Amino acid sequence: MTIRKPEDLVTPLDFSGMDQELLKTLFLRMVRAREFEEQLYYLFLTTKMPGTMHQATGQEAVAVGVASVLNKDDYVTSNHRGHGHCIAKDVPLDLMMAEMFAKRNGVCKGMGGSMHLCDFSKGMLGAFGIVGAGIPIASGAALSAKVRGTQQVAVSFFGDGAINEGVFHESLNMASLWKLPVVYVIENNQYALSMPNELVSAVTDLSTRGCGYNIPGETVDGNNVTAVYKAASRAVERARKGEGPFLLECITYRMRGHARFEPAEYRNKEEVELWSQYDPIKRFKEAALETGVLTEAGLSAIEEQVEHEIEAAIAFAQAGEDVGAEDYKQFIYELDNTTKDGLK
Amino acid sequence: MRQLSLADAIREAMIQEMRRDSSVILMGEDVGRFNGAFHVSHGMLDEFGPTRVWDTPISEAGFMGMGIGAALTGLRPIIEFQYADFMFCAMDQIVNEAAKLRLMSGGQASVPLVMRAPQGATGRAAQHSQSVEAYFMHTPGLYLAMPSTPYDAKGLMISAIRSNDPVLILEHKLLYGAASPGGGKALTDQTISDIGSDVPEEAYTIPLGKADVKRAGTDVTIIATLIMVHRALAVAAELEKEGISCEVIDPRTLVPLDEETILESVKKTNRVVIASEDVARGGVGSELTAMIARKAFDHLDAPVACVSADNSPIPFGPAAELRVVPQISDIRQAVYQVLKD
Repeated sequence: MTIRKPEDLVTPLDFSGMDQELLKTLFLRMVRAREFEEQLYYLFLTTKMPGTMHQATGQEAVAVGVASVLNKDDYVTSNHRGHGHCIAKDVPLDLMMAEMFAKRNGVCKGMGGSMHLCDFSKGMLGAFGIVGAGIPIASGAALSAKVRGTQQVAVSFFGDGAINEGVFHESLNMASLWKLPVVYVIENNQYALSMPNELVSAVTDLSTRGCGYNIPGETVDGNNVTAVYKAASRAVERARKGEGPFLLECITYRMRGHARFEPAEYRNKEEVELWSQYDPIKRFKEAALETGVLTEAGLSAIEEQVEHEIEAAIAFAQAGEDVGAEDYKQFIYELDNTTKDGLK
Repeated sequence: MRQLSLADAIREAMIQEMRRDSSVILMGEDVGRFNGAFHVSHGMLDEFGPTRVWDTPISEAGFMGMGIGAALTGLRPIIEFQYADFMFCAMDQIVNEAAKLRLMSGGQASVPLVMRAPQGATGRAAQHSQSVEAYFMHTPGLYLAMPSTPYDAKGLMISAIRSNDPVLILEHKLLYGAASPGGGKALTDQTISDIGSDVPEEAYTIPLGKADVKRAGTDVTIIATLIMVHRALAVAAELEKEGISCEVIDPRTLVPLDEETILESVKKTNRVVIASEDVARGGVGSELTAMIARKAFDHLDAPVACVSADNSPIPFGPAAELRVVPQISDIRQAVYQVLKD
């Protein structure tokens, strides 16, 4: 069994055509996503944070590179590993953190948690805990944009595991047939829990999966935020012009286990160490300093800003009220009297 | 007043709402060019065009999910499943997404969509005959309507389209009064009289959660859905000649359930028969029996009798199908039984 080697995939960062403001935003969002999850990990270890979570450490360039192309009213669907997608779509960190702590001031009022984060005011239609479930939903949002005659585009983020779900194929077929403005992003972190692509997919060049549906595809270095951004720009522009869907594969690597404390013993240390050298944030910093597009001071200022933001988010979350036992009743349909039996 | 078939009534409801509200769209297999397998969407593609009436590929999970995505972003889709049996292909999207989004999102999301599906045994064997209501009654987050008359069908359909939460409307093929997929003559059931009923031309709504007393009576309460309403009415008419007075209640929506109307009737008659075409185990009969036992146990003079399909897939052979699915004679027998105790 072989895992993709970074040296076969890596492309140099290319800052051409990208202004300083944009580069700062990309860096800011990547650092936010990284630090948010690092803090979550720490909080799980040290406090009574309930539930579970799936970290996307090392995958930040995919979420940020793609979502940074989008307008505020464009739509995104995400998966169980979705903190970064939300952050890249500017869902407020304090509301997300409060949701993680199951607080009433959480973005989903403490009813959804890590796997169902969403913020409709930001076009973030939801992280879905069922693998592949967001794919037809993003496609439907694209259909809706077409029917309503808006210029909105929808993006669906999903992992390499999701391409083996039926809805992936059904959605791609319909989106191509109807030329829907949707971009499908395979965030290929090379593992579906314990299973590498090669053991679960009959083709390993995943962007070719669109061929059967007449959908063009491209595979990019997913740890290179400029490459992701540029590929996503082409795909989104194409969709916005009415030329139909696109399948973008971003190859990255899941630096952590599948969930919270899962040790990922099905892979070897050398592999993890090798990939850690190609960390997307590290690569961005090195290339930005080397080319002089951003300064050391400029990057540090962003890192400090994020540190404060996360601290403030934790403080906001911890000061929030815990979800009450009866809170869920607000979200049961008014007419549904089945919970009123008084029997539990 | 005009008489309409049930299929005509549903179509009229959809057309009136689509004329009133440009966010309403129709999606499903063969709903456009073919006018719908049971002709329910006849002529709608011609009137509204392909951006309002979407002929989909055979991809139930896919177009159900797309309906959800559209519902989350400003449209009000009506999703037709060609047969209720095919809904199982879309189970994840219905149960895990449509039904749960309002709660999971902390009330940010609403999913204003309608699912429509024909069900019931009509000689089409095990995979085109099921009665699926129990699966969806069991799923919090869905409304479930089951119209037994054209009048109810139009009013419930308009309420469903205007609902901000997902509504499933299960229709019985034998009640449509419309031609079958082969295009031949209308499916009919010899055991029931004409179900055509008066339907006002203007739009009207029937609130979700309001049962209808289809026939008033004093000796036995028969709670029935879809075609069983008509079989129960046939039994009531027969037994009247024997001096037995049956009250026939159609809940019209199983979720929400109008417990009040049912319990009021139980307290009056003290004897209950529940007639439903779904299978007995874990079904509508079991659920209603449990509700009545919890809330009106002291008022019962006899155990509740459930008339349901046998715990079997629907067999093809006509004699076997007839045996598995509840008939008029089964309901009559049940009434005698509850009166005997």
